[in-house]
Amino acid sequence: MTTTAIPDFTISARPQIHPTSLWTQSLVLVRRNLTHIKRQPEMLMDVTIQPVMFVLLFAFVFGGSIQTANGNYREWLLPGIMGQTMTFASFVVAIGLNNDLQKGIIDRFRSLPISPSAVLVGRSLAGLLHSSIGVVVMALTGLIVGWRIRNGVGDAVLAFALLLLFGFAMIWLGIWVGSAMRSVEAVNGVMFTTMFPITFLANTFAPTESMGSWLRTIAEWNPISALVQSLRELWGNVPGPAPGASWPLRHAVPVSIGWSILLAAIFAPLAMRAYRRRTTD
Amino acid sequence: MPTTPAIEAINLVKRFGDKVAVDDVSFVVPQGSVLGLLGPNGAGKTTIVRMMTTLSIPTSGTARVAGHDVIREPDAVRRSMGLTGQAATVDELLTGQENLRMIGRLYGLSSRDMKRIADELLQRFSLTDAADKVVKDYSGGMRRRLDLAVSLVAVPPVLFLDEPTTGLDPRSRLELWDVLRQLVRDGTTLLLTTQYLEEADRLADEIVVIDHGKVIAAGTALQLKDSSGQAALVVTVSHADDLPSAAELLRSHVSDVHVDESARQLTAPATGLSDMTRIASVFEGSTIEIDDLGLKRPSLDDVFLALTGHRAEADDTAAGTATDDSTEVSA
Repeated sequence: MTTTAIPDFTISARPQIHPTSLWTQSLVLVRRNLTHIKRQPEMLMDVTIQPVMFVLLFAFVFGGSIQTANGNYREWLLPGIMGQTMTFASFVVAIGLNNDLQKGIIDRFRSLPISPSAVLVGRSLAGLLHSSIGVVVMALTGLIVGWRIRNGVGDAVLAFALLLLFGFAMIWLGIWVGSAMRSVEAVNGVMFTTMFPITFLANTFAPTESMGSWLRTIAEWNPISALVQSLRELWGNVPGPAPGASWPLRHAVPVSIGWSILLAAIFAPLAMRAYRRRTTD
Repeated sequence: MPTTPAIEAINLVKRFGDKVAVDDVSFVVPQGSVLGLLGPNGAGKTTIVRMMTTLSIPTSGTARVAGHDVIREPDAVRRSMGLTGQAATVDELLTGQENLRMIGRLYGLSSRDMKRIADELLQRFSLTDAADKVVKDYSGGMRRRLDLAVSLVAVPPVLFLDEPTTGLDPRSRLELWDVLRQLVRDGTTLLLTTQYLEEADRLADEIVVIDHGKVIAAGTALQLKDSSGQAALVVTVSHADDLPSAAELLRSHVSDVHVDESARQLTAPATGLSDMTRIASVFEGSTIEIDDLGLKRPSLDDVFLALTGHRAEADDTAAGTATDDSTEVSA
């Protein structure tokens, strides 16, 4: 070990500080989160290997015993797994934010002349991007196993937009949980025990028609079901709502938009309050 | 024209529920000087720094940084200061270079300024070789230095350091002190908190002693030493055999003589130089040989003990024996 002599220090000139916009600040922070993914590609496992595994498991292991209206389970399954992947955007955001909050880097950001929202906006955009990578991976996997987009471009784009809108609502849920929980383990515990069953108690992996009557009602009123039904209809993976479907599934697209807005409206204030509580003393 | 103080605390109070963490703290730090906030763990130092850096809102009172009020003009305060907190506030998954640039971008520095400053800071903190390494692989000392470098990206006139050398090995500590002195020489005003009396003594122009959220003393290290605790007269005899007779001789002139056999030393409270010359002539006239005779000022540690009734440092090992710097990359 050598001791390095310290050269004399003079900063040649004080730099000019230029006020930056919330957008610029958020993008700097998105870039930070993308660098994290570059350094730890395994962070993407939740939106790559995991959903692909689900596709393979359900399509080939359970697929044979699940009857769907269109007669092709794999094509029917894909929108379900995309819905689940987007729901888990809440998970991604909650873990990332909770990590930051514990490491003190949020204090660093808060001591800078930037908007207090930049951290949240940056984290949310990065979360949305993260989940979108998952959707792309899913779409490609789907094309391989037999999923197709059978309707027009407009409908297809609308379906992806619905996914993003739902992701936006889920991000607020993520910020709420990430700010309220004291550790990443707690975030994991809460999210696994709630979000996991919720994504199954829907039309994601099995048709709701075969569920008991009260269970079917619950599953069809699950916001994820309206989203998944919209995707299936817009991509032309199902002929239309199943016979006897509840009201939300008979109007899947507008209901899905409504659910996303409602969920965002519920979670956003909770998230802001929890975050503010966590960061101010 | 009178210059605005770089930092002012004006009757700062912070309550957490029933607990008063900071109790009516006021002080002024002139531009270009160093203030040491000295106190044990849990004294309220960090809370004071958090209020002054806009991270925490005072229950009452306020503070001004570079003339800006922390409550009314938090953004102006944030533009004028840098903060190195107690917890590492660098991003572990980014490289040193990326950390500096990220903060530079958030400040809205031009890319030219940013490159220049990042290079200068990396060189300054001996991190040039580690610039493209991920921070996760840095040693404790390197992380601290990067943290400090990141706080200096905008070259702020005021710098807050919350226990900057906690957990550093002695060498890293000395290096950091050096850096801090040079920053001050270049005109930066520093406020640093520390539990190490030595650190406050070495770096600070003025020391504010905090205990249980209150200012219990303030002044230069010298003033603090003078104001509390008496100076001591220390006689070191040449031969251990002479110790009892020397003690007897000393006792006939001053009271409270303390004998330290292993050091062959006699210690007694003294009021000033006159005591010393008097005792010197006493030994001069005796057959006892002495090695040394001197007046010892109380250390800041003694001062702290006298002020608070307890020691400032939790244990003796606190003052820099941590060695987490073994993976240091050297140039």
